[in-house]
Amino acid sequence: MAQSSKNKKDGKLKSLFTDLTIRRGVFSIVIFLVLWEVGFRFHDWFGIMVPFIGKIDAPSLVVARWSEVVFKPGYWESWYLSFGRVFFGFMVAQLVGIPFGLLMAVNKYFRGMFFPPFEILRPIPPLAWVPASIIFWPTTELSIMFVTFLGAFYTIVINVLGGARSIDIQYLRAAQSMGATQWDLFRKIILPGTLPSIFIGAAVGMGITWEVVLAAEMISGGGQQSGGGLGFFIWSSYMGGVMDQVIVGMISIGLAGYISSSLIRYVGYLSMPWKRMF
Amino acid sequence: MSATAAAVTGNGASGKGAISIRNVTKIYDPGGADVLALDDCSLEIASGEVCMIVGPSGCGKTTLLNAIAGFHSITEGQIDLDGEMLCGPGKELATQGADRVVVFQNGALFPWKTLAENVAYGPIVQGVMNKAEARDKAEAMLAEAGLGGVADKYPGEVSSGMARRAEIVRALINDPKVLLLDEPYRAMDALTKSIMHESLLEVYDRTKVTIFFITHDLEEAIFLGDRVVVMTTRPARTKKIVDVKIDRPRDYRLLSSEEFRVLVQETKEAVHEEAVKAFEAGERELA
Repeated sequence: MAQSSKNKKDGKLKSLFTDLTIRRGVFSIVIFLVLWEVGFRFHDWFGIMVPFIGKIDAPSLVVARWSEVVFKPGYWESWYLSFGRVFFGFMVAQLVGIPFGLLMAVNKYFRGMFFPPFEILRPIPPLAWVPASIIFWPTTELSIMFVTFLGAFYTIVINVLGGARSIDIQYLRAAQSMGATQWDLFRKIILPGTLPSIFIGAAVGMGITWEVVLAAEMISGGGQQSGGGLGFFIWSSYMGGVMDQVIVGMISIGLAGYISSSLIRYVGYLSMPWKRMF
Repeated sequence: MSATAAAVTGNGASGKGAISIRNVTKIYDPGGADVLALDDCSLEIASGEVCMIVGPSGCGKTTLLNAIAGFHSITEGQIDLDGEMLCGPGKELATQGADRVVVFQNGALFPWKTLAENVAYGPIVQGVMNKAEARDKAEAMLAEAGLGGVADKYPGEVSSGMARRAEIVRALINDPKVLLLDEPYRAMDALTKSIMHESLLEVYDRTKVTIFFITHDLEEAIFLGDRVVVMTTRPARTKKIVDVKIDRPRDYRLLSSEEFRVLVQETKEAVHEEAVKAFEAGERELA
């Protein structure tokens, strides 16, 4: 058993280089970069202005800029600050959202009380909260975190609520017919049964959190009280007219988001061993 | 009341798991849709009997099972287990309990627990064993059922036949008085089914637990049952009871015997009549 799973792992590592899907992925990225580079170098193709990529600094310039930027502490500070905000907002959203969603799922009185106001607040885009939250909270930092929290909160609650409510009633009945108490049902059936939805909510919520934090950083111009963050990094690069640095910032966000969602997938993998068979 | 109940239950005194269903009526959504699912339905099941329930789809078989299990209330009548009232006047809904464990149509092993953890679940939540004891017992019982090799697998990793066998083990570890089986082998191919049947009979011969078994498969009904109860189309009443006087232990050779085919034919005629009525009435399946 252990042997076969080890072989599987080795196979996976090997297939990183031989797997057709991965080769296709690499190939398409290379093609894209080449087109972008060429598009920028020639500025126009056969007399036609190249849309988008003709105006954006070529990958070679971006890489050159990046290799300078990585030695500046300000760049890493931006990473650190954005990550901190995302992490904080996201964790608070989990800590509040999961119990809130579960309570709504298992208690109809609680659901009756809180679902309508929740549904009214939910369509309000997190960014619409920026002015209000700047007034609410004493520091810009806290107001950014609050907006970040909102971004993830609704998605998490909706997923937890939906996941818990769609648990097959047969599981509940089976457990009850074997003598489970209400607490057993909650802890051993509803909670593990909702776990897949919790992780879906987390993955989607994490994506929204990154979108929101960046925008909030740009809007609140995090420059004074609190440090920049990647959103501010992009904004200030744009204001300074350093276009290649804008691209560096954009790709950095892509990477940061990828790292975050990989972490969530990994935690999901660890906590749901029954989902590992594929 | 209890005196008459004991008198009616009769042979319940000799063992455990005698079910007495008397004049049970179930109306879904009274005053609204007002669906009469069970109409004055009576049935005595002796302790240690394998009682097979057949009837057209949606006739109310599952409603009866749900009433015994305590998932649904009844509107009128009374159901007793070993002379004690499960539900009846003043108590429409039976209290759910591990003395009547249900095995479901689609299988309800918890996907997030291994087979051994699933089996150990009942004794742990009832507090009759600690985790280690329950675990040992579960592994021993799985091994006995030929599932020792897959005890640590998740339900999604084993075949449906193995999962269903593990589910029966999960029910048996609670030492129930009655096993309530709701078409447990539906949607299985004939070969897997026959293996399931033999393993269930093997369990039965060992435990002599009372079995209340709902099915659509008449051959399955005759092969497994002591009696086959044919229900009418909705509202369900008992239409006919076929006594299966075939010696146990039984094996698959029985399937080709004359005796067996005569009984299947007899049952089929009764069921077919009801199925035609149900079809013509255009009954929607309640399942």
